[in-house]
Amino acid sequence: MAATEKELRLRDSQLAQRKDAAAASGRPGDPANAIECRGVTKRYDISKAGLSGTTFSIRRGEFVFLVGPTGSGKSTLMRLLIKELEPDEGQILVAGRDLAELNHKQLPFYRRNLGVVFQDFKLLPDRTVNENVAYALQVTGSSRAEIREKVPDILRLTGLATKLHHYPDQLSGGEQQRVSIARAFVNAPPLLLADEPTGNLDPETSIGIMQLLYRINRTGTTVLVATHDSAMVDRMRRRVLELAEGVVVRDQLQGQYAPTEMTTAEFGALLREPSPEPQRAPKKREPGDDFDEAFRD
Amino acid sequence: MSIRFFIREALSSISRNAVPSFAALASVLVTLLVLGVFIPIVQATTGAANDVRGQVIVNVYMKSDATPDDVQRVRGQVEALDGVKSVQFISKETAYAKERRKNPDAYDLLGSNPLPDTLRVTPKDPDNALALVSAIEPETPGGGRTTIDPSIESVGSSKDNTDKILTATRVVKLTTGLLAALLIIASVLLISNTIRLSVFSRRREIQVMKLVGATDGFIRWPFVLEAVILGALGALLAILLLGVMKIALVDPLVNDFALLSAPSTIGFGVLVAILLGAGIAVSALGSAISMRRFLQV
Repeated sequence: MAATEKELRLRDSQLAQRKDAAAASGRPGDPANAIECRGVTKRYDISKAGLSGTTFSIRRGEFVFLVGPTGSGKSTLMRLLIKELEPDEGQILVAGRDLAELNHKQLPFYRRNLGVVFQDFKLLPDRTVNENVAYALQVTGSSRAEIREKVPDILRLTGLATKLHHYPDQLSGGEQQRVSIARAFVNAPPLLLADEPTGNLDPETSIGIMQLLYRINRTGTTVLVATHDSAMVDRMRRRVLELAEGVVVRDQLQGQYAPTEMTTAEFGALLREPSPEPQRAPKKREPGDDFDEAFRD
Repeated sequence: MSIRFFIREALSSISRNAVPSFAALASVLVTLLVLGVFIPIVQATTGAANDVRGQVIVNVYMKSDATPDDVQRVRGQVEALDGVKSVQFISKETAYAKERRKNPDAYDLLGSNPLPDTLRVTPKDPDNALALVSAIEPETPGGGRTTIDPSIESVGSSKDNTDKILTATRVVKLTTGLLAALLIIASVLLISNTIRLSVFSRRREIQVMKLVGATDGFIRWPFVLEAVILGALGALLAILLLGVMKIALVDPLVNDFALLSAPSTIGFGVLVAILLGAGIAVSALGSAISMRRFLQV
């Protein structure tokens, strides 16, 4: 009985997965797509590929988790999206625009439409919280009045109103990440990318960060979060894109971190799988051992 | 907005990075100080060497029975030669009076005037003195010497002394020139390297700025302005110290030493302008060039 139920659930999820994928991919070049990747390939060297032929699309206003083991290409994808790297093959369209067409002069203006959040926060170490957030506005040529108006607002929203004049190294990890989210969102960008935003944070703090990202998503911003945080993905039940060795292996609406939950029995089987037995090196007899003999009675 | 913004950014960045800023300022100060002392010394030495070289002359001694017509003819011939700057006639009477003043007793003993009429030839280029000698006194095929005019007794340019003067002054000029060149190269390298280091220590900051969407100019100008301010401050301090040294040490000595009052040394005003310009230009260029690499993200 239990077995059939599990089978049913599996089949359902597989069906849903196929449907999701079809719905999500949309038409190519659709302006309703915030991000569209077509056969994107990035090789670091001949043997190691960051991404190989990745194809997917994300619609405007979606909240998408990008999951997968280390080395599966999550960070590569993020770096391609902020055009820190160039793809070897394929096309990346953001809001219907091909990133390959952006030249060095246009790049900063493209990046102003992105909010980017990193695992290591990437704050300017010798500026206060206030100055860090203000910098993102100064870059766009905002007036001082505008900055004075917007920065306290966004800091209140992210819960940092009391830390205005602190330096990043005086803040906890969670607070620093809030600052970087505030900086990413102060220009109200249509697309927010977060690369392991909770990678350095404890579970409690992570919830707060995810809430913040979710709230930002509710304002209409498309949010793409690359993460290892399975608990968070399972709890939030948003769309999940799973990468493995540079290929999208799963695209599921309301997905979980792993395709299906593992039963205790399956986990036990996994643990019992043959693996090299740990062995001690054969002990060599050393001169000191004789003393042990002598003192033993 | 932007000029004032950039200046404010540059100033606050100097105060935030006090140690690298001080290092850059100090390296500008020290190198310009050394350069400021060395430039006049090089010039004085070269001037002195040129003075010595100016004293290289060729004496054409006439036969004792040469008539004023002969002298006039020889003078015409010598003046027609290549590389002759001027010819001065010293009659035997003038020479006698001059020598007698030096050593009256010896000349009183002589009774008559043994000195010949002399044509003192100054070459255009001291290096040509020996060529001039062979032009007035060409070598015969047999190996002896003839003269271009029968009324010339001999041509004197004590060959050894001329040689010595020429080599010695050439060595002095070459060495000081080489030292000056090395010093200038060392100064440029030292200043631009210190500036490079301070840029390098903030490469992460530059990277973050790029990710937030700052244009290259927006990132570069505060850095370059900072370098200009540091270069100018260092140069001004160096000039101040040089001024103190000039008033306290050099000026009182000028009347006592011919070397220091050599007319060819650089004016203090020109020196100040050169040092200030060099300090600012080298720092600013060093900063702009070393930033280029980090801006290519």
